[in-house]
Amino acid sequence: MNWFEQIQFYMSFSFVQYALVVGVLISLCSSLLGVTLVLKRYSFIGDGLSHVAFGAMAVGTVLKLADYNLLVLPTTVIVAVVLLKSGSNTKVKGDAAIAMISVSSLAIGYLLMNVFSTSANVSGDVCSTLFGSTSILTITRDEMWLSVVLSILVMIAFVVYYNKIFAVTFDENFAKATGVKAERYNLLIAVAIAVVIVLGMNLVGSLLISALVIFPALAAMNLINHFKGVVVCSAVISVICSILGTFVSILYSTPVGATIVATDLVAYLICAIIGVVKRLR
Amino acid sequence: MSYIKATDLTLGYEGKAVIENLNFEVNAGDYLCIVGENGAGKSTTMKTLLNLVKPISGELTYGDGIKPYEVGYLPQQTVVQRDFPASVYEIVISGNLAKIGMRPFYSKKERDNTKLNMKRMNVWEFRNKSYKNLSGGQQQRVLLARALCATSKLLLLDEPVTGLDPKVTIEFYQLIKALNEEGITIIMITHDIHAAVEYADKILHLGQNNVFFGTKEEYKLSDAYKEFEV
Repeated sequence: MNWFEQIQFYMSFSFVQYALVVGVLISLCSSLLGVTLVLKRYSFIGDGLSHVAFGAMAVGTVLKLADYNLLVLPTTVIVAVVLLKSGSNTKVKGDAAIAMISVSSLAIGYLLMNVFSTSANVSGDVCSTLFGSTSILTITRDEMWLSVVLSILVMIAFVVYYNKIFAVTFDENFAKATGVKAERYNLLIAVAIAVVIVLGMNLVGSLLISALVIFPALAAMNLINHFKGVVVCSAVISVICSILGTFVSILYSTPVGATIVATDLVAYLICAIIGVVKRLR
Repeated sequence: MSYIKATDLTLGYEGKAVIENLNFEVNAGDYLCIVGENGAGKSTTMKTLLNLVKPISGELTYGDGIKPYEVGYLPQQTVVQRDFPASVYEIVISGNLAKIGMRPFYSKKERDNTKLNMKRMNVWEFRNKSYKNLSGGQQQRVLLARALCATSKLLLLDEPVTGLDPKVTIEFYQLIKALNEEGITIIMITHDIHAAVEYADKILHLGQNNVFFGTKEEYKLSDAYKEFEV
């Protein structure tokens, strides 16, 4: 069998289709929001949130919740809102607060999973929560539908509020001064990113999800220097990388999350080199 | 009735006063410069006028057909903006944002307004260029065009000539003066006391010991001005 036939063979399995659908949607959403987060200097919020989601998931495991998302999603959204508020507060240093919350969540999460271990393979559980499933077998039909619905909501919100998001990203004070409710759109961005991070955890794990947010945006900024172009280009790069990464992971049975992130890294490096060449000419 | 009237304002952050008992008014067509040392509260005053900070006490009233938020603002450049990937057109049209309310996209009316103000500021030819590749003077004209999209009545400028070379600075001051003569009210924060007394017609001086508000002729005779001259 050549690789094309092999991919065709795997594509006939429903779990591979689920993984691909989820991968494309998540990478699309994360890249759209990633542009704003990177430009607003909020990349670290994505990182912090993914650790919080890990902590919440550990609590969910200990409580033996049937559906983790019922706990993980609201917790992450609430922390996102709190972090965003503290980021604009000069008294508590935003970055320090985030570092504190994220390491505490990691530590408490790991602690809980160890002390109240329910399965024989604790380190395996922890590993797959942090770095994503080792195989893509684990995404269920329900998880796929949840991802589809939430991703579409995030995308619709992004398109409808595109002009507002641009204004708030480029110059929040100007927007506020002319009477735009900037806080409202910051809140929207925070909630959307929390949703994307929780969804992305199933795919690439909590440690790697911030890569999906940051890499495509940074890669696109090397190639294009207007906002709409950067958003579109980053979405295209992200989707291509996630499809490529999934296929490579199937063909060489590598862990899917790490493979997608490695593909994103390669894409970033290629774009960075093109960017440097463009500037030299 | 004046555009903006400040009565016994006490301004500051989180209950800590920076300036107390501030009184001044801005009428339609005025050109007001706010001058003073660093830390004297120039930026706080500007932020209060922009409704970004609430006054601790006192009253700020708007009249003569101007509403709060009906202002164009030329902020100091932030770190975020210096390498921001945005075309000149994308930035200028965002000045119309408050006018579209809950509508998601700009209509022809806003696009026409954008084009008009870009031509007025001589930046229409750069519309597809990236903002970060423009010179300092060009960037300021782009932000001015954006501010004009937001209003045709009142412009607030926060140290607009910082980082511009002398020739561009003079051109910029002349541009502002021309806008003022077209009937736009100007409020400008500046370090440049000489430009202030040359171009403005009213001065608000915020100092540690002296707070002065009046016409520039009165200002030149005041103690506050002498403080600067030494």
